[in-house]
Amino acid sequence: MADFTLARDSYGKLTLTDATGVEHRGISPVRAFPIADPEHGIALMSAEGHELVWIERLGDLPDEMRILLEDEIAGREFMPSITALRDVSSFSTPTVWQVETDRGPASFTLKSEDSIRRLGQDALLIADSHSIHYLIRDTRALDRHSRKLLDRFL
Amino acid sequence: MDKNPSTLPLPEHGRAAVQSQLVAGESVLSWLELDLDTRLHFARTLLVLTDQRLLSKEASGAWHVWPLTGELSLQNFDHAGVGTLELLDSRTRLTHWRYTLEFDPAVRDFITGFTHQLAGTRPVAEPTVCPTCGETIPAGIKVCPDCAPEEDNERNGWALLRLARFARPYRGRLLLGFLLTLTATAATLVPPYLTMPLMDEVLIPYQNGHPIDFHKAWLYLSGLLAAGLVAWILGWARTYLLALVSENIGADLRTTTYNHLLRLSLEYFGGKRTGDLVARIGSETDRINVFLSLHLLDFATDVLMIVMTAAILFSINPWLALVTLLPLPFIAWLIHKVRDKLRHGFEKTDRIWAEITNVLTDTIPGVRVVKAFAQEEREVARFRDANQRNLAVNNRVNRIWSLFSPSVTLLTEIGLLIVWAFGIWQVSRNEITVGVLAAFLAYISRFYTRLDSMSRIVSVTQKAAAGAKRIFDILDHVSSVPDAAHPVHLEQVRGQIELRRVGFRYGNRAVTKDVSLTIQPGEMIGLVGHSGSGKSTLVNLMCRFYDVSAGAILLDGVDIRALSVDEYRSNIGLVLQEPFLFFGTIADNIAYGKPNASRAEIIAAARAAHAHEFILRLPHGYDSLVGERGQSLSGGERQRISIARALLINPRILILDEATSSVDTTTEREIQGALDNLIQGRTTIAIAHRLSTLRKADRLVVMDRGEIVEVGDHDSLMAQEGHYYRLYQAQLRNVDTEDFLDRRTHG
Repeated sequence: MADFTLARDSYGKLTLTDATGVEHRGISPVRAFPIADPEHGIALMSAEGHELVWIERLGDLPDEMRILLEDEIAGREFMPSITALRDVSSFSTPTVWQVETDRGPASFTLKSEDSIRRLGQDALLIADSHSIHYLIRDTRALDRHSRKLLDRFL
Repeated sequence: MDKNPSTLPLPEHGRAAVQSQLVAGESVLSWLELDLDTRLHFARTLLVLTDQRLLSKEASGAWHVWPLTGELSLQNFDHAGVGTLELLDSRTRLTHWRYTLEFDPAVRDFITGFTHQLAGTRPVAEPTVCPTCGETIPAGIKVCPDCAPEEDNERNGWALLRLARFARPYRGRLLLGFLLTLTATAATLVPPYLTMPLMDEVLIPYQNGHPIDFHKAWLYLSGLLAAGLVAWILGWARTYLLALVSENIGADLRTTTYNHLLRLSLEYFGGKRTGDLVARIGSETDRINVFLSLHLLDFATDVLMIVMTAAILFSINPWLALVTLLPLPFIAWLIHKVRDKLRHGFEKTDRIWAEITNVLTDTIPGVRVVKAFAQEEREVARFRDANQRNLAVNNRVNRIWSLFSPSVTLLTEIGLLIVWAFGIWQVSRNEITVGVLAAFLAYISRFYTRLDSMSRIVSVTQKAAAGAKRIFDILDHVSSVPDAAHPVHLEQVRGQIELRRVGFRYGNRAVTKDVSLTIQPGEMIGLVGHSGSGKSTLVNLMCRFYDVSAGAILLDGVDIRALSVDEYRSNIGLVLQEPFLFFGTIADNIAYGKPNASRAEIIAAARAAHAHEFILRLPHGYDSLVGERGQSLSGGERQRISIARALLINPRILILDEATSSVDTTTEREIQGALDNLIQGRTTIAIAHRLSTLRKADRLVVMDRGEIVEVGDHDSLMAQEGHYYRLYQAQLRNVDTEDFLDRRTHG
């Protein structure tokens, strides 16, 4: 059972009260493996960037706290997952990609092919010119058109 | 899209909606459009600041309104590429908006406008310096007038055509080469033409019972020999001349690329792998070279030959010529079809090839780690994987490629068959002589064999184009520390450095924020703080290895972006933690920053750096070879050479980045003596882990998480009992600093 409590203050910040009763304001939950294993290993970091609590599994927490944390993580983590490539402005970089993501349609600039990183066999992580990361979970799951466009950059 | 929308009155598409929300007499001051909603989905949110209220239009179309009162405030922060803009009053957070970092500058401007509106002040517009060209931008304008974004059409053009830029200096020789090609090709077309009279005037009459006309035979045969000899000489001259030119073009290309590469900022090298860059400059330029000197030349010759042959054939007999040339469009079509597929394939093989090189460059320098952890197997597996992928991609390319050549050959055979059939039919109707048919067959058998080799141009062109593209990728990369277009020249550098609200972000991570500091000429500053606090970043910014993301760094009151990079850096002496020695003599290494230094100067610098004596103890003194493959030196010795190197250029500003961290205390004492000589009379910025090495510093600047937290001398900082005090105590107790700090915050 958790030996700490969480609450959201009027500024929208998370406040943690630890086992000794000390209050930490403005803490942030961080996933240790946001891509490889998002459900396990979540650290609560203080505003100064030090680890306060380590949570082995999000599911072990009481619902109330878990929802608070999930909300906070959802608001911090921004890694749109690309579901389809609509168009690319050119096959030589820099190029502007029009994509569909799980967070709606977006367009971004790919500075060079080096910004596409392989994660394992079929997953790709693409960093745009502002270092926002777009994830392609499974290249094989993309439609034919998307795969054809993508293939030109791999 | 306009990057700075808040300077415009209102966005086109939102104008009507905003107008409908305004009350009488209310006027719009600025607006801001953001690209995310609170759930972090891509959606447009509009914020409008008027003289009375702050309005926001959510993606759903709903409007929210806050009357401007004194207790409102806006603040922003960002994490992992996403920014948050919060509206607060004195008690709670009223609302917040999200945006991607692309909008960060606009958000800052909006906040500034908002704050000034609340305070009833006017924003003070400060002139800034354009990050691209270094020109001063007049206050109030956001985009540098000289560097307004221009469409770069050339970039999308065919990479190979862009090589023309490198061919320009050799125009004259290229023209001569072309004329030689023309005449040489013409000469090779004479022999088949002579088969016609040989057949019709010598052999056929003989078959019909006439004696052989030896005079005519000799005449034609010597004609054949002469044509052969002329073609030989002209061909030799042409090949030599054009190969020479293309080698020159290749060499220029290589030097230009390397020159450009070295001028790119550290940011570029941080994002690239060495193996890839080595491959690009080495083998890609070579591939382009071979393409120009061999394949392109052959291809040009072939095209000329085909055009000339076609002309000759038509002049002899248009009908037979037409039939002969019939397969040509088919082959052209086939070539075109395969072209695209092959190009992607070759681009892929190139990238995979770079991947293989990368595995090598990763593991060979790190071979000690590989062996120590007994991971040879795993590295071999990684190599094998990359190789396997190379094989798979090549396999796919080869599948198309292998079909290609036989298809051309087949078409050739069919073409010959058609000519034979049509020719026999025409001979039978006495429309042409046997000699004409023989000449045609002689021509087209050459012609078709050339077509076969011509078809190879597809693959080599694609390979060369892929190579050229990768070269131009480097050449197109604009340095993120650009040289000023009209650099300011400083006559006498005094060495005053001012950091004015300096911010720097690396990728999407803010490393330093709002750092302000003025360093007087001749002052020594010690930068203190645990690792990751932004000390090295600050030093990198001062060296202009990177450019600031916000604020400015000024040398003697001039923005360093307005100075020429070379001139600015010539005023800086840098001593690093791990001194890098190039392969060469010790004297060369000391004189690296000033290659024309006299021997006396070198020795004086070495003496001042306390390096003279140990250098003399080496078997070859100052001529001893050091660096990779050279004499091995200890860390302290290498460091003293690098101090001598810095001393020799006599810089106004000196930067010591953990200069004594990698050596033991005894060696440190030796180096310290050398350093004391070095810092005399120069503006010095020293980073040190060991606080004891900073005893000579005039002021100590303590940094924590990208910000300056304390400034002062040792005694006053100790008296404050703040960050510095704790760092100092930790070292006294010989406890690792970071550990100590961690425990403090936990407990």
